[in-house]
Amino acid sequence: MNAALTENRALSSTGTEFALELKNISKLFGALAALEDISMSVRPGERRAVLGSNGAGKTTLFNCITGDFPATTGSIKFFGEDISEFPSHERIRRGLRRTYQISQLFPALSVFDNVYIACRGVSTGRFSFIRPRAKDALMSSTDELVQIVNLHDVRNTPVAELSYGQQRQLEIAMALAGAPRFILFDEPAAGLSPTERADLVTILTELPSHMGFIIIEHDMDVALRVAESVTMMHNGRIFKNGTPEEIENDVEVQALYLGNADE
Amino acid sequence: MAIVETESKIVRLDGTRQNWLEKIPAQYWVVGILLLIMPLFASDFMLFQIFGWTFILGMIALSLMFLAGYGGMVSLAQMTIAGLAGYLVAILGDSAITEISQGWPWYAAIPVALIVTALFASAIGWLAVRTDGIYTIMITLAIAAAFFYFARQNYEVFNGFSGFNSIHPPSLFGVDWRGPKAFYYLTLFWAVASYLFILYISRAPFGLALQGVRDNSRRMSALGYNVVAHRVAAYTLAAIPAGIGGILLTWQSAQISPGTVGIGPAIDVLVVAVIGGLGHPIGAFIGALIYVLLKTFSTDALIALSLSGERFRLLIGLSFLVIVFFSPDGILGLWKKFKVWQQRNPFEQSDGRDL
Repeated sequence: MNAALTENRALSSTGTEFALELKNISKLFGALAALEDISMSVRPGERRAVLGSNGAGKTTLFNCITGDFPATTGSIKFFGEDISEFPSHERIRRGLRRTYQISQLFPALSVFDNVYIACRGVSTGRFSFIRPRAKDALMSSTDELVQIVNLHDVRNTPVAELSYGQQRQLEIAMALAGAPRFILFDEPAAGLSPTERADLVTILTELPSHMGFIIIEHDMDVALRVAESVTMMHNGRIFKNGTPEEIENDVEVQALYLGNADE
Repeated sequence: MAIVETESKIVRLDGTRQNWLEKIPAQYWVVGILLLIMPLFASDFMLFQIFGWTFILGMIALSLMFLAGYGGMVSLAQMTIAGLAGYLVAILGDSAITEISQGWPWYAAIPVALIVTALFASAIGWLAVRTDGIYTIMITLAIAAAFFYFARQNYEVFNGFSGFNSIHPPSLFGVDWRGPKAFYYLTLFWAVASYLFILYISRAPFGLALQGVRDNSRRMSALGYNVVAHRVAAYTLAAIPAGIGGILLTWQSAQISPGTVGIGPAIDVLVVAVIGGLGHPIGAFIGALIYVLLKTFSTDALIALSLSGERFRLLIGLSFLVIVFFSPDGILGLWKKFKVWQQRNPFEQSDGRDL
């Protein structure tokens, strides 16, 4: 679809069986087990949706994978490499990306500067004392990313002045910086208007095929349209795996989602 | 805290190409020319004591402004860092204490002093960045206090209580750099260089990332930045203006002793930076000028009011209180408020409703 997302293929997306391999991940907050014994494997290029009610542990799972809050026990392999002990930034530099449920942006900086910081973070020269020139390669990839999420018209606007939907789109642009091999989307559609949702689905389905992702999404319309497999979580455990059709028609899942009179 | 970088309209990352002379705002021209021709009408006392000291103190406060304003790390050890550079120039170069001073030529003593100072600052940073907010202030204050007592009690290297005297700048190009006019231009040059350096860095990748770390360090980790390394590097970088300021300070008074790096001076640097405003590098110099004027003339003013002249700290404290009370962003904040007030619509109430 676009050069910014495909040009840098130094980090290969193939050659290993799984992009992401979780083994027996648990996360304890004191006595509370937010995650219990999660094992999950995602193939390179696979698009998976994670569903589950509030408190099911979906965002906690993302935090464990990226190292925002490291897992209490268990191991995480990223393209065959054990990253369980790595600090967050080392995991990101290996091609892992994420977005946040509540946008984590730099409000006083412009759209362009936000995306530029994201591009710089996964390239060299993070400590550069030299201001980038207009023809810098990172400047043009920043520009392309801003185009992809349709924020070109507001590229010099401070993020604080953007609409909520635009901020969500910026959040996605920042996750696409560099050469992502695998992305974690945490409820990217939450709070978006129907038109913005359609735009989001377009962005997600047009991602290069080698770029796998996990998406947390309450909106079944979005989740089932972009994902080829679904994992259902409940109370910190994996409840069910399957294709979108299987999950949609599953009696137990329907009971969980619609509420069960017997419970 | 919101990002304080409000001057981004002057130089954008992708700024359209303009003649660089056209990009310089008019205020810069006025202040710049005024500073350059100052020796034509200012007295030697003004040049050496008031402006020389303002530029030096401003550079040390600038290093704190960089850490606190752009990095969100309030360090009380910046005077210690400046003092160490001054001490090292005395120890490695020439002073009246010939048993200790090594007598190295200036081109060896000054670079080594600055490099050692930068390493020392990195070590302080490495300790301090593990803490946040009030704990950063505490740990850097503890380091400042430890250095003060160590310098006072160590006679082998720091010559204890009396420190070093007769430390003079090298007479490069046959100029006596302690002469009022020469010293004025010397300090002016380094102050302007430090100011432009910090201003430039603030929009370079390092500075942008540092502001990102300040506003949301978790997000920066999730973008691939090593947050700890970035913070430590900020301490290293801030040591450069502080170190140069420390060396100039030592030359100005021709001496350095533990009193230079005491707790009082360490806190004064914070007072200077806050009075001026942490939002922009120029605040450090505005704060320094106010501090120096108060410190120099308040004694006379107090005696004229038949009060004890030693009470000048009371005046400094009161003005600090007044400025912080009316504007947490220092003088710069007051200036911004004034500009907003100037542009207000007189037919509207402050909340935007019609009268």
